[in-house]
Amino acid sequence: MTYPTNLKIIKLPCSGRVDIIHLMEAVEKGADGVIVAGCLEGNCHYQVGNLRAKKRVAYVRELLDKIGIGGERVAMYNLSAGEGSRFAEIAREMTEKIRQLGPSPLRGSGGNRSPRPGTEVAA
Amino acid sequence: MIIAKPKPIEEIIETTKEFKRILVVGCDGCVTVCEAGGRKEAQIVGSALRMYFKQQGTDVKVDEMSLTRQCDRPYVAQLEEKIKHYDAVLSMACGAGVQFLAETYKDKPILPGVNTCFIGVTEARGEWTERCQACGDCILASTGGICPIARCSKRMANGPCGGSANGKCEVNKEIDCGWHLIYERLKELGQLDRFEKPTGPRNWNTSRDGGPRKVVKEVSQP
Repeated sequence: MTYPTNLKIIKLPCSGRVDIIHLMEAVEKGADGVIVAGCLEGNCHYQVGNLRAKKRVAYVRELLDKIGIGGERVAMYNLSAGEGSRFAEIAREMTEKIRQLGPSPLRGSGGNRSPRPGTEVAA
Repeated sequence: MIIAKPKPIEEIIETTKEFKRILVVGCDGCVTVCEAGGRKEAQIVGSALRMYFKQQGTDVKVDEMSLTRQCDRPYVAQLEEKIKHYDAVLSMACGAGVQFLAETYKDKPILPGVNTCFIGVTEARGEWTERCQACGDCILASTGGICPIARCSKRMANGPCGGSANGKCEVNKEIDCGWHLIYERLKELGQLDRFEKPTGPRNWNTSRDGGPRKVVKEVSQP
């Protein structure tokens, strides 16, 4: 059940609260990767929050690709609140992926440099 | 309202890359409602530009703000102090707003951040459709409230044409035939006699054929 300590968790009532600008700001401020953890599709307590988040994540990935940051640094995962071990697995998987990609190109020169790779999670 | 859509980020990068201090200015009017150039969209473009330039290793300052409207002088004047600190402005307003900023701040390059498309309505969340072409001589009273200038692909004054099939337009099967809509609506209103007297040739002088237009309401003038 352990997951990498480099994750910073941001709690939200629903993944539908995640807006494009939140994901952009996370990356701009130096996050190496961002996971949006929403409920399983069809299981949203607010009906379509996770589907809205999915579209916004896709939009941001495309935009990040276009500006040379790499859209794969932002990813959406769907899991239920009871799947703690799945969460740990996703966290490890994303951390490994980010490690392969290397640190964010935005952390190269001063500014928001943090001591270890940071991945933000919004749920 | 005026409907616009955001310009591709690649095009915005191309037009802004020669500047070192860029101000992205959103407009709280129409482009906010059609989610193309409001405060939110200005922030997204600003963030994308900062990331792009930083990752390119160029030191560019990008800030964002938004004006109530970019088509009224008092609001445009609010930029006066701030604009001095920037080399260029990326205006997220419609073409009218971009031009109004350009004529107010003559020494600053004002660049467009959106493509202005048409006068239309919110069909559904995230979907906007055209309704008016601002022809300057409204005939909606005789066409059942459906405009043949905006809704007929050929802007025909008397229709439908031979390209109308099953209520769709020959230009594109996704487009409703404007004249079919007019016919159905007039039938509903019991006004089908409208089709018995064809409309004469239109005077397009009130539209773009008369050159750039101007409206003066003397009673409102100071």
